[in-house]
Amino acid sequence: MPKVNIVKKSTDTDMTPFVDVAFLILSFFIMATKFKPAEAVPITTPNSVSSQKLPENDAVLISIDKDDKVYFSIMAKNDPQIAVDIIKGAAQARNIPVSDAQAKNYFPGDMIGVPFNKLGAFLAMSNDDKKKYVQEGIPVKDSANNELYYWIAATRTAFAGKPLKYLIKGDNVSKFPAFQAVIEALKKNDEQKYNLVTMPEGAPEGSELWRERNQ
Amino acid sequence: MTPMVDLGFLLITFFIFTATMSSPTTMDLNMPKDNKNEEDQTKVKQSGALTIMVGKDNNLFYYEGELAPDGSNFQSTNFKEIRSAIIKKKKQVEASYVTDAACEAKARQEGKNPADCRQKDFFVLIKPTEEANYKNVIDLLDEMTINKVARYALIDPFDTEKDLITASQGSAPAAAPPAQ
Repeated sequence: MPKVNIVKKSTDTDMTPFVDVAFLILSFFIMATKFKPAEAVPITTPNSVSSQKLPENDAVLISIDKDDKVYFSIMAKNDPQIAVDIIKGAAQARNIPVSDAQAKNYFPGDMIGVPFNKLGAFLAMSNDDKKKYVQEGIPVKDSANNELYYWIAATRTAFAGKPLKYLIKGDNVSKFPAFQAVIEALKKNDEQKYNLVTMPEGAPEGSELWRERNQ
Repeated sequence: MTPMVDLGFLLITFFIFTATMSSPTTMDLNMPKDNKNEEDQTKVKQSGALTIMVGKDNNLFYYEGELAPDGSNFQSTNFKEIRSAIIKKKKQVEASYVTDAACEAKARQEGKNPADCRQKDFFVLIKPTEEANYKNVIDLLDEMTINKVARYALIDPFDTEKDLITASQGSAPAAAPPAQ
């Protein structure tokens, strides 16, 4: 009888290529990740087909959260003096005393959402306290006392002669009147061009834009 | 090697979850100046106008041209169907286009596509009511980009329109009754 020779193979598989791939993916994600800056107020923006990039400098951001509260932030990381000028200018227009030290305590990108009478106290808070503090939003509803108007007027003065963009970031469920009040404050300052912050989305298949992009 | 691989995968999962792949984009919005002067105001041809109103609960309403006194051309729709209404109206305006040499010459001079002159009479008026969501408004503005509508404006609805919206929202079945 011939002998059947069964080759016994080891049950261990060579894991090396697998691990190689895993670490390749790992390094990709480490490099591609850009951490979300911690947001004091979470805002879910709508989607749009627009592909313009969001400017990170020389801009002011007006945010509307889901409860229709309005916040103002200054995006000028490369020139901190501008933020100080804006804060002092806006406060001065309303005769609210804000010291240099308080204004310097503002970190570019922070959201200000307090009426002017609470501004000094809010700016004086430590960073941790600021995050915990529930802001009531900048009053905009009453068109005679639209405080955002003064913020934008001060911004225009501080940025005079420099490029400046107005970013508006609204939450999906915020109501239209809040957005309208923001536009009203900008219009009063003779500002007609804005950039709305959205998340990217593909053009729907078959639409005219889709045909143009796929040509 | 196993502990190292474990750690590797743990890190992969962590980075996958924290990754923000798509960075936010911006879309342009240009508002007109508030002109008190009648002569400076933009005139819109009735035949090429399409008015879209946004009510509550993502409801849309639209009419073509001028609103009939009895409200007979006032129609209710939703975000899924509004695109076909816009395209239909745009095609209709383009079909009735009479060659406008001045407009086409101007477009060529400015480096624009002269074919855009075909829709020069087409104007979409977006009128969000106070119950409209911010998302609704952005979606409609986005719809203008998607369908390449060159001229549109964001304005307040008239009182008659508001009344019609309230009436049709009241009479329409509020929401689908819950399944038994």
